Amino acid sequence: MKQHADKAADFLRNEARADWHDEALWFVRAKRDKATHGVPEWETLRELASGIKEHTLSNLDGYLEQFEANARQNGVYVHWASNAAEHNSIVHGILIAHEVKRLVKSKSMLTEECGLNEYLAEHGIEVVDTDLGERIIQLKGEPPSHIVMPAIHLKKEEVGELFHEKLQTEQGASDPKYLTEAARQHLRKKFLAAQAALTGVNFAIAQTGGVVVCTNEGNADMGVHLAPLQIHSMGIEKVIPRAEHLGVFTRLLARSATGQPITIYTSHYHRPKAGGEMHIVIVDNGRSAQLGRQGYRNALKCIRCGACMNTCPIYRRSGGHSYGYTIPGPIGSILTPGISLERYSNLPFASTLCGSCSDVCPVKINIHEQLYNWRQDIAKAGHLPVAKKQGMRWAGLVLARPKWYGAFGKLARWAIRRLPRFMLYNSLNLWGKGRDLPEPPEQSFKEWYHKNRIKK
Amino acid sequence: MSKDEIIAAIRKNKPAETALPSIPAFTYAQGELLPTFITMVEAGGGRVIEASSPDELPALASTLFPDAEIIASSLPEIKGNVRLSDIGQPQKLEPVDAAVIRGQLGVAENGAIWASEADCGHRVLPFITQHLAIVLAPEDLVCNMHEAYSRIQVNATGFGLFIAGPSKTADIEQSLVIGAQGARSLAVILLPRTD
Repeated sequence: MKQHADKAADFLRNEARADWHDEALWFVRAKRDKATHGVPEWETLRELASGIKEHTLSNLDGYLEQFEANARQNGVYVHWASNAAEHNSIVHGILIAHEVKRLVKSKSMLTEECGLNEYLAEHGIEVVDTDLGERIIQLKGEPPSHIVMPAIHLKKEEVGELFHEKLQTEQGASDPKYLTEAARQHLRKKFLAAQAALTGVNFAIAQTGGVVVCTNEGNADMGVHLAPLQIHSMGIEKVIPRAEHLGVFTRLLARSATGQPITIYTSHYHRPKAGGEMHIVIVDNGRSAQLGRQGYRNALKCIRCGACMNTCPIYRRSGGHSYGYTIPGPIGSILTPGISLERYSNLPFASTLCGSCSDVCPVKINIHEQLYNWRQDIAKAGHLPVAKKQGMRWAGLVLARPKWYGAFGKLARWAIRRLPRFMLYNSLNLWGKGRDLPEPPEQSFKEWYHKNRIKK
Repeated sequence: MSKDEIIAAIRKNKPAETALPSIPAFTYAQGELLPTFITMVEAGGGRVIEASSPDELPALASTLFPDAEIIASSLPEIKGNVRLSDIGQPQKLEPVDAAVIRGQLGVAENGAIWASEADCGHRVLPFITQHLAIVLAPEDLVCNMHEAYSRIQVNATGFGLFIAGPSKTADIEQSLVIGAQGARSLAVILLPRTD
């Protein structure tokens, strides 16, 4: 399997495109900053959000049971799924019972995680993703590269070409307005013909047994209110105690995600429509195990705003697909090792540990500290690649011996100055692959100190 | 059963209980509410029209939607030509050009307006219509989402929502396009209470 660094190298081969991607995401980060600066109590809100989530996780069983009881009282069917396969088969079962052949879906990273689309397609059910970005990548046959902007890696010309092929738009047309209108017409037909709608869940309210879904396009509601059957899939960590807590989270979510003061639609679903049916599927799929990992459980506070991706210098310059998981970027890099330490052992290293992710996180997850801690765990479990392992071993030996350290320093300063380039930059120098070695100083600090301070 | 397994795993793995923080009142001066609200609605791509009497509403609707052939309204003051109570299949609302609904409460900090399904006339109406107008009393403005949630009851009806503008997307190269899957425009009509 290709590692993150390899896929990042592929991404960077097209320099102009990498620059464009970098700038597009930084633009969103800048909008986020502007939006947050308009809220004087921003830091207090982050504290509150983190505290509310902390409390909820400490009584997650209680809140989930309360949520289930209240939802049932509202006339909602509640299902529990231990893993992705069970989630998919529950959803499929509901669809079979209603003889559903056409399903519309709004954005749900959970169903991406579970591979629901592929599963339902194998069983002869048409699934149409209705968020524009999601529809684009679905038509292209690609996974999302960002959790909020799934098609951020594509240029408008590529979308134009794709729509020309799939939706019969004019050849060469790439105006976003024109393409969006074409998608609107195409999706309207799908909404009207759908027999069921499935959404993700942003928040589930324990006290009232309802779920909240946030969109800008209105696609979740177009699906849910038109189809007689509505299904909402949620991870166990989506529950919050009371409706009043939405006050905190709705103020943080959109500002962190796109720099908007709130999403255009914040929909609260509590009971099915007249003559309709409403189902909620509560999914674990590794989350309860994550809850047991003391140093890492905080990651379950995540409200999926994507701010950590937009700010991350590695994400911006490697693209979402380089991570090889539904949720990329810094948050993905601390969630994935819990799923498979071996498979995702390279992701916690896809970071400079600059800490910007933790600074922008609206629920104050200590992302960069967790990245650092995962590295220790990965090394202990023996999943480091040979080069890193040997490099660490030698560095350890040298750094533990002051005399060796002094000698190596001298040697290195001499070598960088004197040796020809081909001897310094070769397959042994991984660090120098994309970077120049630093200008060597005339002397080490120690030498300077002995000369200038101790003698006097 | 999966539920028992999940609950048991959570009980085993959850951290020691921490306290639920209480949310302080974050409020600013009442005098700023209206201008802030108007600025935020406009920033979200909507426009604001100030009316003074319910009698103005029918004429206002005609000015707002001059080309609309099919108008649906959940307000008695505006008749429209769709009887929402007769609509069984929501798909029947697809041809609606313009809809007028009532808003219960507006939020100054972000221009969002709360409407329950009763206010919408029909759950799908604010989305499926090409253009949307919301009638809101300026007396029903609050400063932020905390105040909003303390005033509304989210489960008073089976569905309720905050609307903060026309449907939009920036999914193609981050360029903003108004009119994604829902309404293409939003007009907020501020109408003072008469009672």
